[in-house]
Amino acid sequence: MSGRSTALMRHFWPFLSLAVLLVVIVALGSLGSPIVQRVMTEALIRLVMVVGLYIFVGSSGILSFGHAAFMMLAAYGSGWLATPAKTKRVLMSDMPSFLGQAEIAPPFGVICGMAWAAFIALIVGYPLMRLSGIAAAIGTFSVLAIVYVVYSNWEAMTGGTSSMIGLPVYVDLWTALGCAIGAMAVAFLFQTSKLGLALRASREDEVAAKAIGVNVHLARLIAFVISAAIVGLGGIMQGHFLGTLNVFQFYLGITFLTIAMLVIGGAGSLAGAVLGTFVVSVAAELLRQIENGFEIAGLLIQAPPGLREVGLAFVMLAILIFRPHGLTAGRELPVPRLLRRAPG
Amino acid sequence: MNLVIQIIIDALSVGSLYAMSALGIGLIFGIMRLMNFAHGEFIMIGAYSLLLTAAQWAPVRVLVSVMVVIAVALATERIAFRPVRRANPTTLLITSFAVSFFLQYLFVLLLGARPIGIDILPSLGEPFTVGAVRIPRLHVVTIGLTAVLLAAIALFLKRTHFGIEMRAAAINFRMARLLGVRANRVIAVAFALSGFLAAVISMLYVVQTGTLSPTMGLQLALFGFIATIIGGMGSLVGAVLGGMFVGAVSVLLQSTLPVELRPYRDAFVFAVVFFVILARPQGLFRGAEARERV
Repeated sequence: MSGRSTALMRHFWPFLSLAVLLVVIVALGSLGSPIVQRVMTEALIRLVMVVGLYIFVGSSGILSFGHAAFMMLAAYGSGWLATPAKTKRVLMSDMPSFLGQAEIAPPFGVICGMAWAAFIALIVGYPLMRLSGIAAAIGTFSVLAIVYVVYSNWEAMTGGTSSMIGLPVYVDLWTALGCAIGAMAVAFLFQTSKLGLALRASREDEVAAKAIGVNVHLARLIAFVISAAIVGLGGIMQGHFLGTLNVFQFYLGITFLTIAMLVIGGAGSLAGAVLGTFVVSVAAELLRQIENGFEIAGLLIQAPPGLREVGLAFVMLAILIFRPHGLTAGRELPVPRLLRRAPG
Repeated sequence: MNLVIQIIIDALSVGSLYAMSALGIGLIFGIMRLMNFAHGEFIMIGAYSLLLTAAQWAPVRVLVSVMVVIAVALATERIAFRPVRRANPTTLLITSFAVSFFLQYLFVLLLGARPIGIDILPSLGEPFTVGAVRIPRLHVVTIGLTAVLLAAIALFLKRTHFGIEMRAAAINFRMARLLGVRANRVIAVAFALSGFLAAVISMLYVVQTGTLSPTMGLQLALFGFIATIIGGMGSLVGAVLGGMFVGAVSVLLQSTLPVELRPYRDAFVFAVVFFVILARPQGLFRGAEARERV
């Protein structure tokens, strides 16, 4: 291999290695039963959300409780636009007519949804990104609470606390894989860009970063907007995977699940985001199997409801207690010896 | 005029609950930078433990609940929070979330997710009538009890040995340890006090709602959480005033918003929170001496 391509490989290794691993796992899963494929698609959707969250949280070091709001905004945005006008006439008759008659191709729905989430992120992020630490976290949480309360009462547009149904279902295992790799690519390009590095510097020491001329406010804001668009993509995928949207999907449950996945994997690296999602998804699925019941020697063993959550919380606690900095402790996958620079 | 008095009493009563919740969260946050999300589950467990003492005399029931919650609070500290004490605040927060999730679903597992009706001290539901103003007894009890407890806790913090240790630890944990404050003991006392407050809140809340459910503590913990932050992180007086502030804002909005906007009340409450946090990121009531230094 020429020196130049080795250098490129070395640079892109953290992303490429993860992408290849993911493709291999998904390819193996695609041979499995429809249930396995469904579970994998769900995990990939979560992965898009967690990677989106990572773009902001991992680089800036600021915790956001508000990203579920961007999932919700984007998912409903795409749902309103991409659902066939005929369906909307029947199911959402109170919708304003310009939206009721709109019917655009799914890819444009995705773009509009992501742009809408990014736009709102820009507006709320502009003042919020001046804050740090727990104040910023509570600020982002208020954004989520406001969006949640509005959407769960806005009967005409969202169906209120009942579901919005009839979304075209087009997300399958392969589209989900494509989106997940795309999200990882965006995250990797951001974290290795000049802006991403500057933001990481501000995470370690805000004052020192400012002193060497980093515009911390701008760097955070840009990360926040990109991150909102990517988690928005996750929300859109969820809507067009299930075919229904419900406000409860985008509140505290998903907020904490995604943050927990990120922290358990290690919030400082892309590998952490991916590994955290993988570990928690696998644990959750195994526990779900136990909850659904399994047969041993003709005897159906079935756990009572609630066991899955108790078990999941237990696994999460155990990981946090033994590895407080997450499974990867903020490191990317190690570059293999073959690609390393020759010593000296 | 009557309406104004009614609103003031409502605001004080709702604010009292939030204030005690905020104080319970703030006591722990001040010392170990842990935003304890499991506080809502402490409240929930306090309420559920009333089921253990169904036919007993009311003070016995309250006492048992208080003991149970203190025991649970101390156990979570020992098992879950002590091993991660040195980790960053995000990890602490996620740990508390895992604890909260664990306890909540433990109750789903044991008793099911469906709300259970419970009727304790029904006499508190009746109102006092003063002229044209009808004041629920519960409101008076809530406000009175809060005032007494806050005074007692203030005395505890100012006058007793443990209290002085706690205040020292809240100002500078490392320095306090160097001067001989035992970390484990001071944190345990904070958890016990926090659990005690949670148990008191749960009693008042159950009398008011008459139902038990595994998620019943969420609202109180959430608003307590927010009150602690906008009151001024680490300041206990700030936490109490923050709780009163959040309670007052939500009661005022409830009575002044036009009817068609009332379902959106919490959106307005959080909009107020949003602007408060932007205007004063350090909290409403925090003194200058607590500013973070470089």
